[in-house]
Amino acid sequence: MELNGYHSGDAATAASDDDEAAGPKQQPRPSREETASSGRAEGAVSEGSSAAERRSSSSSAARQRLDSLKRGRPPFPWFGMDIGGTLVKLVYFEPKDITAEEEQEEVENLRSIRRYLTSHTAYGAAGIRDVHLELCDLSMCGRTGSLHFIRFPTHDLPAFLQMGRDKHFSSLHTTLCATGGGAYKFEEDFRLMADLQLHKLDELECLIHGVLYIDSVVPSECYYYENPADPEHCEQRPFPLENPYPLLLVNIGSGVSILAVYSKDNYKRVTGTSLGGGTFLGLCCLLTGCNMFEEALEMASRGDGTRVDKLVRDIYGGDYERFGLPGWAVASSFGNMMCKEKRESISKEDLARATLVTITNNIGSITRMCAVNENIQRVVFVGNFLRVNTLSMKLLAYALDYWSKGQLKALFLRHEGYFGAVGALLELLNPS
Amino acid sequence: MAGHSSGTNRGSHSMDKSITLPPDEIFRNLENAKRFAIDIGGSLTKLAYYSTVQHKVAKVRSFDHSVKEADGDPLYEISVQEEITARLHFIKFENAYIETCLDFIKDHLVNTETKVIKATGGGAYKFKDLIEKKLKLKVDKEDEMSCLIKGCNFVLRNIPHEAFVYAKHADSEFRFQTTHPDIFPYLLVNIGSGVSIVKVESEDQFERIGGSSIGGGTFWGLGALLTKTKVKFDELLQLASKGQHTSVDMLVKDIYGGAYGSLGLTGDLIASSFGKSATADKEFSKEDMAKSLLHMISNDIGQLACLYARLHNLNRVYFGGFFIRGHPVTMHTITYSINFFTKGEVQALFLRHEGYLGAIGAFLKGAEEDNPNQYSWGENYAGSSGLMSVSPDLNPMQRARSGTFDMLEMDRLERQLVNLPLLQDPSSYIPDTMDLTEDALAREYWLYCFEEALDGVVKRAIASQPDMPEAAERAEKFRQKYRHKLQTLRNQPFAYGSLTVRSLLDTREHCLNEFNFPDPYSKIKQKENDVALRYYLKVVKSLEELSWEQRQFALVRGLLAGNVFDWGAKRPWLVDAYNQWIERLKGPPHTCALFFVDNSGIDIILGVFPFVRELLGRGTQVVLASNSGPALNDVTNGELQILTERIAAMDPVIHSAFKEDRLTLVQSGSSSPCLDLSRLDKVLATVVRERQTDLVIIEGMGRAIHTNYYAMLSCESLKLAVIKNSWLAERLGGKIFSVVFKYEVPPKH
Repeated sequence: MELNGYHSGDAATAASDDDEAAGPKQQPRPSREETASSGRAEGAVSEGSSAAERRSSSSSAARQRLDSLKRGRPPFPWFGMDIGGTLVKLVYFEPKDITAEEEQEEVENLRSIRRYLTSHTAYGAAGIRDVHLELCDLSMCGRTGSLHFIRFPTHDLPAFLQMGRDKHFSSLHTTLCATGGGAYKFEEDFRLMADLQLHKLDELECLIHGVLYIDSVVPSECYYYENPADPEHCEQRPFPLENPYPLLLVNIGSGVSILAVYSKDNYKRVTGTSLGGGTFLGLCCLLTGCNMFEEALEMASRGDGTRVDKLVRDIYGGDYERFGLPGWAVASSFGNMMCKEKRESISKEDLARATLVTITNNIGSITRMCAVNENIQRVVFVGNFLRVNTLSMKLLAYALDYWSKGQLKALFLRHEGYFGAVGALLELLNPS
Repeated sequence: MAGHSSGTNRGSHSMDKSITLPPDEIFRNLENAKRFAIDIGGSLTKLAYYSTVQHKVAKVRSFDHSVKEADGDPLYEISVQEEITARLHFIKFENAYIETCLDFIKDHLVNTETKVIKATGGGAYKFKDLIEKKLKLKVDKEDEMSCLIKGCNFVLRNIPHEAFVYAKHADSEFRFQTTHPDIFPYLLVNIGSGVSIVKVESEDQFERIGGSSIGGGTFWGLGALLTKTKVKFDELLQLASKGQHTSVDMLVKDIYGGAYGSLGLTGDLIASSFGKSATADKEFSKEDMAKSLLHMISNDIGQLACLYARLHNLNRVYFGGFFIRGHPVTMHTITYSINFFTKGEVQALFLRHEGYLGAIGAFLKGAEEDNPNQYSWGENYAGSSGLMSVSPDLNPMQRARSGTFDMLEMDRLERQLVNLPLLQDPSSYIPDTMDLTEDALAREYWLYCFEEALDGVVKRAIASQPDMPEAAERAEKFRQKYRHKLQTLRNQPFAYGSLTVRSLLDTREHCLNEFNFPDPYSKIKQKENDVALRYYLKVVKSLEELSWEQRQFALVRGLLAGNVFDWGAKRPWLVDAYNQWIERLKGPPHTCALFFVDNSGIDIILGVFPFVRELLGRGTQVVLASNSGPALNDVTNGELQILTERIAAMDPVIHSAFKEDRLTLVQSGSSSPCLDLSRLDKVLATVVRERQTDLVIIEGMGRAIHTNYYAMLSCESLKLAVIKNSWLAERLGGKIFSVVFKYEVPPKH
């Protein structure tokens, strides 16, 4: 389930060459941030919450922590984590306004984590930092810094925990805010393997808070496709998501969840489908022998799905006018594969394309029905299925526009799959 | 499919030619056939045609009574006449047989006035030339979807227990639904290679409101790719039914470690179909992948169907198409999906004759000038194979006997059948008291009873036609046919909808008719009527001598026991509302009583008529409803006509009432010893309404116990019978010869 190898031709995820062999244990290299150094100590302030008690500790680290607490913010490091079925998404806030005093006070472990994360773009065999998504000069909780976006396959979580153990992460006594199913499934592993206590958060709440936050701080976060039907003139256009409610939020990860959002804290899960990104990759692996998302997508981009699918025109010779079905519409996904001769005449690329189109159209179809049933016109698609997947995004944009006769608009967000992790980080900074 | 053809030469036409068809069983009445229609699907062909069937029917004709007849002369003349009835034939077979079948039809088709064959289905195009060449008929293509809808409306309207809910783990897998009198609106989800979702609002008004490309073709095509075998659809389903999807699918518990409690998602739900197969270094079994695929597709279709049902506010959703076509596996997964997504608000409904809808629709389009929709049609149990007849799992015997040919025959009924206007809630009315499909003990008992009684029925049938030497041979054929039906019902109690005592009786009547025993009891009835008439005046006179109170009791006993035996003398009865009835009689008279009568002879003449006489005396009009056609020793409308005239000749009370139309005879529209109040002659319904009927009397085991025991009417009703079966009496908490006297008054609004 290596969804994110860095062997792909995807320019957006730059992998650093000299980390190829490095495991999570690798020591960080020196970086420019090292130059800053200063420290500041503040008096002890007691706070009654259990979280605060956990955070407070002895020695200089304790002083720093108490300083943070006094200012109403948690001690560093600031992480938000979303452990999904396929991918772990990690957001990390790197403070850039560290004073010399702070630098001096900064415990070695914390420094080493910071340097490891910020100086690399790839971790281990399949961990990736999405540099193009990094948010610089971001002010959070009175601090200024960069927000980093990192992902690695969920099956590499043991290696991650091992690294946490080796780097004595637990000595920082930080709260690790985590969401996604893995926060529940691996809670004990975090405790036993890395001596870390997870603060578990609901994934849908995190998702919504993450979306709203990122959209509020990133000017061009939300966009749509203009002329999705016309490849020549199809272009991305920014969409200002002011006053976003009501909103249909479609999160396409391994599976799909569809939420109707009426305000920051008023939402419901309308439905979901098990035909999601995991299905695309799972079927592609079985059908083509590939094993990576990027590889599957790349094949899909070169394939021709219409050789695999039975189209309306294959049955009716043209449009099925009686019911207003255009000839190009797919009548039966994989329908041509009922026939042995046709099975022998298609390529792996064709199969990958058909799989992608099938899954995407189905999500579009269910989404459209939910939008109509919930009476919502604006639909935002998020989730890692859409990462580097303009094919699916344009398909969704087109399908929604065509079948709703222009009533529905498909919107996309640049930080696709990271909103749950961002939401978890927000919970750390502003506990509700 | 085609599993019995040789493996090496599977599907080749030369092979199939050698298959000989059992002609008398499959393409019946071809010599009168006309108006052909054909629906050729991906693997099955459905042929439809119309024929006229010559039937022997027993007619009774009154003698001229102007001459005083001698004692011992029969009351009326019974003659067997030929009657022509219309029948629809539908035959389903594998495409492999198509050429053989066309040859067979060509050889046997005598009537050549037919010039056109209506055709629908994806294969109609492919086989067009073959059909035109073989049959010399012009192929006239009809739109698939409109045929489907037309067919669907037709079966929903004409076949009771057409729709069912599938429940895999219940006592009875098939739970048949009473058809709502208004069949519209409904949603039809047709799962062929793709999925079409159609909203049907009236006979001619329907709209394809949606669909999906993920359908049966996806299951088949993707399944063939995944399993890397040249499999047929059914084989793929077989694989799927043996697989474990959890090794391929990512479940909620694979992500959460357990349930996602706050959303109410249990750990076993599929979070991501094929989510575990995204790896290069693991092999998955064909069975597991097929199962995962089946779940994926069924869930997806179920979800879309629910979204459309909700959007259009519809709760009747019928599923059909080759993905469903009687496959328990897909019916189960679709049902599961619908239950999950609607939390039980919408039920997935399936149709017994789903496979025939296209052919029926195409046929109806071709028969528009005959206007088949103006008639009521009834399923002929003798000529229909029943649900799952070709399922090798369920019925290996049937398969060996007639290959994979499945048949449906429908007879045109002489009259339009409608609901009794006095039913409290027509949509929830269920005629039958006991559902033998669900009650295994009762089923066992009644099947045994009917088998035991078979010898007697055969003997009586032969005896009813003493002048016909081949009667014994025909009776033997009847015996074989009915015994086979009983065996089928033992294996597939759901074959013709809910199995009931009524359906067992009706099937027997259909089989008797099939072999030209229209009325085995005619002679017996004649004799009994004769005898009873002789006592009529005596009985009336002795009743008149009784006090009012005594007379009322004697009249009721007369109804219960035909005045002969001592049944019912001792009270309280098993169900005893006699006192309430007497109290009611002390009040104002009823405006009009509708009386569903039972047996000939003593019952009708010495039980019913004196009771009717009393009602007439109170100023109540009486409508006597009797069977249109013969069933056991029940009095038929024709017989009752003569009996009434004879009694009127003796009894001035009856005479004047009959003459002044205060006593009326109507046909019930039925030829069954039981009574379905939702399928009655339209004339009866009109009379009931016009005369402001406020009392319904139902007598006898068949009409008041086996059926209608729990029927709720919107007016007063009497249901009375002696339970002449110890098993049934015990079931109802009594002993043999227990008396039921139910007097019910509907709740006042």
